[in-house]
Amino acid sequence: MFKTHYRIERKSITLAIAIIVVASIGGLMEIAPLFTIDETVEHDPNMRLYTPLELAGRNIYIREGCYACHSQMIRTLQDEVDRYGPYSLAVESKYDHPMLWGSKRTGPDLARVGGKYSDQWHTAHLNNPRDVVPQSIMPRYDWLSQTELRTQDLGDHLRAQRTVGVPYTDAMIANARADAIAQASPGDADEEALANRYGKATQIRTFDGDPRTVSEMDAIVAYLQVLGKLSDATQPKGK
Amino acid sequence: MVSNLTVGERQGALAILIVLTLCGLVMAAAAAGHGDPMEMHGYLVMLFSLGVMAILLRGFLAPPPSEARLASYYDDPIKVGIIIAMIWAVFGMIIGDWVAWLLAYPDATFDAAWASFGRMRPAHTSGVIFGFGGNALIATSFHVMQRTSRARLPDQLSPWFVLLGYNLFCLIGISGYFMGVTQSKEYAEPEWYADIWLVVVWVAYFILYMRTLARRKEPHIYVANWYYLAFILVVAILHIVNNLAVPVSFAGAKSYSLFAGVQDAMTQWWYGHNAVAFFLTAGFLGMMYYYLPKRAQRPIYSYRMSIVGFWGITFFYMWAGSHHLHYTALPEWVQTLGMTFSLMLLVPSWIAAANALLTLNGAWDRVRDDATLRFMMMAAVFYGLSTFEGSFMAIRPVNALSHYTDWTIAHVHAGVLGWVSLIVFGSFYALIPWLWKRERMYSPTLVEVHFWLALSGTLVYVFSMWNSGIIQGLMWRTYNDSGTLTYSFLDSVVAMHPYYVARAIGGLLFLSGTLVGCYNMWRTIRWSSAISAAAPDELAPPELLPAE
Repeated sequence: MFKTHYRIERKSITLAIAIIVVASIGGLMEIAPLFTIDETVEHDPNMRLYTPLELAGRNIYIREGCYACHSQMIRTLQDEVDRYGPYSLAVESKYDHPMLWGSKRTGPDLARVGGKYSDQWHTAHLNNPRDVVPQSIMPRYDWLSQTELRTQDLGDHLRAQRTVGVPYTDAMIANARADAIAQASPGDADEEALANRYGKATQIRTFDGDPRTVSEMDAIVAYLQVLGKLSDATQPKGK
Repeated sequence: MVSNLTVGERQGALAILIVLTLCGLVMAAAAAGHGDPMEMHGYLVMLFSLGVMAILLRGFLAPPPSEARLASYYDDPIKVGIIIAMIWAVFGMIIGDWVAWLLAYPDATFDAAWASFGRMRPAHTSGVIFGFGGNALIATSFHVMQRTSRARLPDQLSPWFVLLGYNLFCLIGISGYFMGVTQSKEYAEPEWYADIWLVVVWVAYFILYMRTLARRKEPHIYVANWYYLAFILVVAILHIVNNLAVPVSFAGAKSYSLFAGVQDAMTQWWYGHNAVAFFLTAGFLGMMYYYLPKRAQRPIYSYRMSIVGFWGITFFYMWAGSHHLHYTALPEWVQTLGMTFSLMLLVPSWIAAANALLTLNGAWDRVRDDATLRFMMMAAVFYGLSTFEGSFMAIRPVNALSHYTDWTIAHVHAGVLGWVSLIVFGSFYALIPWLWKRERMYSPTLVEVHFWLALSGTLVYVFSMWNSGIIQGLMWRTYNDSGTLTYSFLDSVVAMHPYYVARAIGGLLFLSGTLVGCYNMWRTIRWSSAISAAAPDELAPPELLPAE
């Protein structure tokens, strides 16, 4: 064995190829089967998609680096289930490009934060966390309310999502901007069209309490309020 | 420096810089229409290229260099790489300590989006890992590949392309975070155009390395080069696969990763864990295998241990990434594989650490007297300790407690402060007097001061994070007699405060050590009372003798 090596280490190309081969095995064995083994991701035919507003909110979550402090993955441990709710299933992040499971909980897990607090609470909390939770160490995000959400290219975002495998329809892509505005402006005419495209459970509200504009605060709160609610796979049967 | 380039190389450099300036112009023009942050990056690319071009043009018409240059090694890019690495070190550590204070006093920042924790934290991690670590690796690899091959770099343009091109990648990546341009994939945050640029630079780096090896006058490729090669090759594989993404538009920064959910998680941590393995371990082991024996003036303890350690690390590490995903929605068979290989990984890791420490047998009196060698010795000790800790934390029930807590942060910093930074500082303190033809560092006392500041800073940091991490983990899982959770999440946040303060103080100690080091390096470089001849021990590469 050492004699063979004595020869290999005299040839740079052989050495480079040997490194590539030896280093590739682990990844191939562990990653490739995840795409082919059927049980890896549970099936949920009723899985809903992020609306354009929720997707925009998710992009704000990505932009601000929230993953550095908040996980979105409840582990199969009793205390986590008691604290955060049913453990996370693979299907729940099936359409998450990229996934935001996170690696650190400086703040609590957010996988099931949807519906846990009111829109008002989220808006106040994001404006200045210490207004509602005096001991919080989270940064303030007070500029979100004052920044108008960029909606004109949401159709392009949906199209890129479709390219990587999220089943957005042509109608969803064509109406992306209108749907985003409709979701944050209740009372508008295209409310019903939005619900038809994304499901009856779609939450249509003025998330930041200001019906005049669609702000980044509307988007991020809409996203937070849907976390853990897109799939019914974790609900007990018969419910 | 430009006067050392041949006329052909100057023209080649100018052509590359013109193309790059045009690329910047196209990026800026494409993004300008809709206020995309890529516009700023276009200007950054233009500014960077024009700045380098200004330096180039100042010496463009100098007489061509003499043929005598070919008789010696080409060290200019190494010198610049060392200086850039130290600048990134100071930047990355200042940001790091700032965000550390933010966790104790969350309002101690500017009232602006760029200054919030979430945007500054990747600037810290990328600044120290890619800025400081990456430049240190590139600079030392240029030195090691020439010395161990007894060959001059094949040309004088490609090392500059690699070094400056890599720093352009770092600048695009890190400035992007402040503007909110990020993929939110840990340690792979830069967006698609930065990623493509890094691939170009990296291919040039690999070709340069192979060309230098092809010119070698030594029949054998020395072990340090195996590690640098593994670093270059495997980082390329990891980088390309994990950054596969579809841009929303070629005129904008945003992209969506090709993979989703569980596959994306596995790919990300296969990448993340092996960024630790092949960026933060393999390359620096290459550094250790050259500078430690050179400084100790001892041959490597065992040739066979070098071989077993190297191939063990290259093979086992690539399986271990899934230990970042214990108890998650990742199928259990992958978790089990990850844990098993993480445990086996301890064997080659400790073989490498032991090989370094045993090399010091017969030189322990130098370790006592010479702070530079002590930096490297302590680095090998921390390497051994943190690889043990890593394997330990990969055990599922241990991970149940440690994951998501500050224990992870303690573990990472034991590695990057105790191992990576100390081996870099030790290597730089050995290398700087050689390169600049000085008898020794300007002040050996300041090297000593730096050593103790770095060591105490690391210990304060790691101990406070161990404490906070374990307390956090225990508080989250404590039940009271009636069977409900005892502590709210907020209780655990409040309990962390004293440890976060202590951690920030530890970071400050480490940062002050780095500043002392920068001052000392600067004085050494500017030192006029220099001897003209290189230290004699620098001329020959270290011997690679079997222990038997």
